[in-house]
Amino acid sequence: MDSAAKSYLKIENLVKKFGDFTALRDISLDVHEGEFVCFLGPSGCGKTTLLRAIAGLDIQTHGRIEQDGKDISTLPPAERDFGIVFQSYALFPNLSVERNIAYGLENRKLPRLEIETRVGELLDLVSLRDQGKKYPAQLSGGQQQRVALARAMATSPGLLLLDEPLSALDARVRVHLRGEIKDLQRRLGVTTIMVTHDQEEALTMADRIVVMNHGVIDQVGTPQEIYGAPATSFVADFIGSMNFIPGLVAEKNRVKVGGFALDCDTRGFSDGDAITVAIRPEDINAQDMEHDDNVVDAEIVHLQFLGSFYRAELGGTAFSGHEVEANFSVNLVRRKNIDIGSKLPIRLPSRHIQLYPPFEG
Amino acid sequence: MADTIQAAQAAQRAVVRPKISRDDWIMRSIMVVIGVFLLVAVLLPLYTMMSKSVEDKGGGFIGLANFSEYFSTPALFNSAFNSLSISITTTIIILIVTFIYAYALTRTCMPFKWFFKVVAVVPLLTPSLLGGISLIYWFGNQGVLKELLLGEKIYGPIGITMGSAYWVFPHALMIVITALSITDARLYEASDSLRASKLKTFFTVTIPGCKYGLISAGFVVFTLIFTDFGVPKVVGGNYNMLATDIYKQVIGQQNFQMGAVVSVVLLVPAVIAFSVDRIVQRKQIALLSARAVPYTPKPSRGRDLSMLAFCSVIAIIIIAMIGMAQYAALVTFWPYNLEFSLANYDFDVMDGGGWEAFWNSIEMALYTALFGTIIVFSGAYLMEKGRGFTTGRSILHMVAITPLAVPGMVLGLAYIFFFNHPDNPLHFIYGTMTILVVATIVHFYTVSHLTAVTALKQMDPEFESVSASLKTPFYKTFARVTVPVCLPAVFDISIYLFLNAMTTVSAVVFLYASDTTLASVAVLNMDDAGDVAPAAAMAMMIAYTCAAMRIAHVVLTRGIARKTQAWRHQ
Repeated sequence: MDSAAKSYLKIENLVKKFGDFTALRDISLDVHEGEFVCFLGPSGCGKTTLLRAIAGLDIQTHGRIEQDGKDISTLPPAERDFGIVFQSYALFPNLSVERNIAYGLENRKLPRLEIETRVGELLDLVSLRDQGKKYPAQLSGGQQQRVALARAMATSPGLLLLDEPLSALDARVRVHLRGEIKDLQRRLGVTTIMVTHDQEEALTMADRIVVMNHGVIDQVGTPQEIYGAPATSFVADFIGSMNFIPGLVAEKNRVKVGGFALDCDTRGFSDGDAITVAIRPEDINAQDMEHDDNVVDAEIVHLQFLGSFYRAELGGTAFSGHEVEANFSVNLVRRKNIDIGSKLPIRLPSRHIQLYPPFEG
Repeated sequence: MADTIQAAQAAQRAVVRPKISRDDWIMRSIMVVIGVFLLVAVLLPLYTMMSKSVEDKGGGFIGLANFSEYFSTPALFNSAFNSLSISITTTIIILIVTFIYAYALTRTCMPFKWFFKVVAVVPLLTPSLLGGISLIYWFGNQGVLKELLLGEKIYGPIGITMGSAYWVFPHALMIVITALSITDARLYEASDSLRASKLKTFFTVTIPGCKYGLISAGFVVFTLIFTDFGVPKVVGGNYNMLATDIYKQVIGQQNFQMGAVVSVVLLVPAVIAFSVDRIVQRKQIALLSARAVPYTPKPSRGRDLSMLAFCSVIAIIIIAMIGMAQYAALVTFWPYNLEFSLANYDFDVMDGGGWEAFWNSIEMALYTALFGTIIVFSGAYLMEKGRGFTTGRSILHMVAITPLAVPGMVLGLAYIFFFNHPDNPLHFIYGTMTILVVATIVHFYTVSHLTAVTALKQMDPEFESVSASLKTPFYKTFARVTVPVCLPAVFDISIYLFLNAMTTVSAVVFLYASDTTLASVAVLNMDDAGDVAPAAAMAMMIAYTCAAMRIAHVVLTRGIARKTQAWRHQ
């Protein structure tokens, strides 16, 4: 990320308590101007609470929020500058699409003509020009979602907040709208925060992802950073699939797993430390054996066809009873005639191996 | 340097005090106004009434002396027993009848269902007194079917049971119909596929499915009968009940302390029944949440015809009750001159308030419907959707559901104690139309409140957040979205308040003044004075008015449904 980018939203040491329950523990975060940030995490991780604190809907217990250089920590939602889209869209059912979009404009006492022009622009923006007279109930889910987006953008807010905006839609529409929202955001250049529990959504849409768990931020980074180098085992497990194998640090840049030793970066650990070795199924290799690092003999215990690839469950002395999964291309399986019971050498490339502290228990 | 870091850390640890916006101020002010209304109109009068029950005539504290006097006076104590036994008997009878009637309407292919639905509502249109008056014409000393009682008198337990059963029937029926309508058809399919017999299915699926509805109906009916004043007043004869005792103690003997004691005695079972009902209803809601497939009955000739016969008998009884009241009202001088005339409608020549009472009633009912709906709906809105005052809001909600547990007689008496006190700054509303309207709104507050809450709960909880983000004050969204979307519920509340204001006797009987007599009170007074036929005529005037309003309500609701079907869920 461009470090010179201007910070637009600054969150400092945010804590939110609901009675005895602490939903957010000391959250600090900077969001840059024009950036698309996703809050990603399982339900109950505090992502929606953080969004609602930014909106002023549930103001934090401690801590400070600054937007565009102005301290907004204590302000009610109406005095902040944001547009919001909820999972339910919360479209006013008794108002037409046009009136829904015009809702925020009408209160500003703008001339009627100006409102009409602006509503027209917004309808064009979300490609619903001919649907303006309809009521929300007469639209499809995807169209309703776009109306909600247009309504949120009508007053040209500096910050767009999206609370699980795609969760209520079916899979196909969801994929389509992902692209559309991202495209719209890029065109308007509006700083956007989206809350989601769907990793694919976060990976495809966000400039940066904020992974949250139990009220704390586990990692902030670009989709590539989050996927390629998960900072914690939680992030590694939550995003994509990951094999975890317990092991020991044998010496510098060398770890022992079952009966085998693997080369990898051991920064942050000392000799003799118990560790968890992590590698993604798609990073396990069954070809290019000319690099002879971390080559291990394995046996195919189980093979599952998943359409575009096979998922193989690997056994063998190397893994000493731990299930390890690898993705093999259809092509490879056919070419090497891989089947249940096949024995073959596989490679765990050292640059794809992540080390984490051992799991508790 | 270290100081500034410490100061900064302290600032971070400080609890954030949200700024209170203009919206918040407005919301909170209205909440305070409604809170004060409920305090003054519900809690303070009840408190005053209860403290009166532990005072002597001079106002000195005497502990439970009044209660020990009450319980050692057999005449008074007997009424408690009478009230209990009548209420329990009638509740059991009405539950059986209601269950069969509701079963016929929901689970069979009986013909003319619409007719039986309409007929069942009829008792709601009249004061409870009307049932008593009709019974006198059918079975009284000069009654047409007097012989059917085999020498027993209608004045007493028989009359009270019959009259009570008549007017509580629709109340119970609505609850049982709801309970029977929510059953899941899949349960019946499962039972069929397991080859269970019809009878077994009935006891293992049907009954458990509507168990809570039946229990709830039982408690509602029990409370209604236990606290009713109209029926025992008209056909009770010398058979004393708690509600009539209060009336006698207060109006007859001016013994306010004993009236308060009886009120407390009346309040206790009502509160227990109310609490049990609340718990039961919570369980019923849990059943509802499942994604049920609606049940569609299949024709079965034998069952459908026997249900038709049963429902016809009930319908005939209801029509006979109201029909007799109408007939008696039109007959010139029962039983000697059976020619029709409108003589009995010449209310101005009788004691009881005359035509003015009728117009007063309409005025009172309109005010109650108008102000009641405004207070109840905006109160429910703020309790449900407001921001801040979290504790205050849940207390308000508790207070809003209290009136259901308070019998009308008790409320009326509490109002005398509270508002008639010379030191009360609100003393000036005593004896005016205002106090009648306030008492009636409070008396019927809970059901209206719960109707409003149900409608509001169906609204998206984020409407308020969206409107704040669009910088639109909450009251604009309230007016432009909340009220239009909830319009059917708003009309339901208005008609409920109107009908009850027209027919209620119990709360207002202590509170009217000579220039604010009401039609329902006039029925009571004319009956008391022996002018039974004019009393029937006045009761029928109330029935016409209520029927007209009800039809208007149906037409209006249909019109709105048609106009808004574009945006309501298809």
